[in-house]
Amino acid sequence: MIRVVDLHKKFGRLHVLRGITTEVRQGEVVVIIGPSGSGKSTFLRCLNLLEKPTAGEVYIEGVRVTDPHVNLRAVREEVGMVFQRFNLFPHMTALENIALAPHKVRGLSREEAEARAYELLERVGLRDKAKSYPDELSGGQQQRVAIARALAMQPKVMLFDEPTSALDPEMIKEVLDVMKALAAEGMTMVVVTHEMGFAREVGDRVIFMDEGVIVEEGPPQELFARPQSERTRTFLSKIL
Amino acid sequence: MVLHWELIWRSLPLLLAGALMTVQLATIAVGLGIVIGTVAGMARLSQVKPVAILSRCYIDFIRGTPLLVQIFMVYMGLPQLTGVVIPPYYAAIIALSINSGAYVAEIVRAGIQSIDRGQTEAALSLGLSPSQVMRYVILPQAFRRIIPPLGNEFIAMLKDSSLVSAIALEELVRKGQIIITRTFRPFDIWLVVALLYLVMTILISRLVDWSERKLKVKPVEEREEEAARATAWEGGGFGPWLQMASLLRVRRPARERGEETT
Ligand SMILES: Nc1ncnc2c1ncn2[C@@H]1O[C@H](COP(=O)(O)OP(=O)(O)OP(=O)(O)O)[C@@H](O)[C@H]1O
Ligand SMILES: [Mg+2]
Repeated sequence: MIRVVDLHKKFGRLHVLRGITTEVRQGEVVVIIGPSGSGKSTFLRCLNLLEKPTAGEVYIEGVRVTDPHVNLRAVREEVGMVFQRFNLFPHMTALENIALAPHKVRGLSREEAEARAYELLERVGLRDKAKSYPDELSGGQQQRVAIARALAMQPKVMLFDEPTSALDPEMIKEVLDVMKALAAEGMTMVVVTHEMGFAREVGDRVIFMDEGVIVEEGPPQELFARPQSERTRTFLSKIL
Repeated sequence: MVLHWELIWRSLPLLLAGALMTVQLATIAVGLGIVIGTVAGMARLSQVKPVAILSRCYIDFIRGTPLLVQIFMVYMGLPQLTGVVIPPYYAAIIALSINSGAYVAEIVRAGIQSIDRGQTEAALSLGLSPSQVMRYVILPQAFRRIIPPLGNEFIAMLKDSSLVSAIALEELVRKGQIIITRTFRPFDIWLVVALLYLVMTILISRLVDWSERKLKVKPVEEREEEAARATAWEGGGFGPWLQMASLLRVRRPARERGEETT
């Protein structure tokens, strides 16, 4: 599904990703953990080309997206992304937020796009908030709309960058529940999060990143119980 | 010092005609200025360097030279180059629009840059093209934010358009001059001219306040209430009149209007 080969990313002289090689299989849920500044967000953003990798290859469904002539839009249509700070469009209602891309990018009629948006709002439990603007929604509700917005493009993969870390504790569960349901339906997901409960419950694999490299990866039970590297152990002791 | 009321009364139709021309010039100039300025403002931010530099030159030239000189360049300079005489009215429109465009460009640029980067990223990640991102996500938000500075630009243009009196276009100032050469009552006439400008600028700042409030996203309940009211009045047709009436309402202090005052 996703294959990453020796991926590097530099910001000027700052070498943020220093050779990442990994794979994500169809339907797999991969959780990425690691200290602040280790390059987790940068890695995700290289997958949908919000950042241009400096070197290395990324393949999504066999398409080499690091090809300089690749159609950026076509890649992004297939890769949904959910941000830490939601990034809903404040001048549009929840419904309009969700229906925009299917209508303008996928070419659905306005009615079809809105019908799809209603369906997705139903799925994230916010049908009654269709006509609300983002600033009228709680953080948890905004993030659920943001998930619905990404899903409306019917992506093959969903990327989540710390989707719950801007939320008050009582709202984290409602967002995680939506993500768990999504995982149960077989969505391929790459999730940067520090919610270890989520990683244990739905993660197929955990990747520990530090200083731009993958230090260690494995099934959550194993990695949490018997971390192989000293760095992983130190990090886990801080957050578990 | 006694004002010559009779003279003022008799001059009023002429002066009002001049004021109308002033409003017309400013409206057309800022209208075209918004079109020019939106393009130039986006061009200024373009990744394509020559486009950005060209836009920058335009903006700097206009903002760095007197409007009066720009008006003369269009009215007298262009005919010398092209051999085509431009009537004062069109020369004024051209000069004022090009001038307004440069100021609007800076307003638009600031408006675009004030929108959070996350908006662009979210929109791109959904597969929208850069121009769709601009059109559906960035510009609608930017335009809401630039209404107040655009209002200021309109007020500035209303006053600055008086410079076209120098090419004998009969807007408010020129009308005043004409009346004074006939009557030798400069104080009375200039006072009335000044007051007419004042009335216009006050009305416009009200209009801006109102549209700013109108465009602000309202809570769901208020929108539903409004929709209900609108349907209740259907056929009655009072809506537009009440809206116009609300324009004239004195501005209440911000705190009373329930806005944040930080
Ligand atoms: N656009 C950019 N320009 C320059 N430096 C950047 C840019 N984006 C990220 N960086 C730097 O790259 C490094 C890795 O950042 P990144 O956001 O990927 O880390 P992270 O693992 O997601 O951290 P966090 O847990 O704090 O979100 C940081 O040192 C950051 O300052
Ligand atoms: Mg991050």
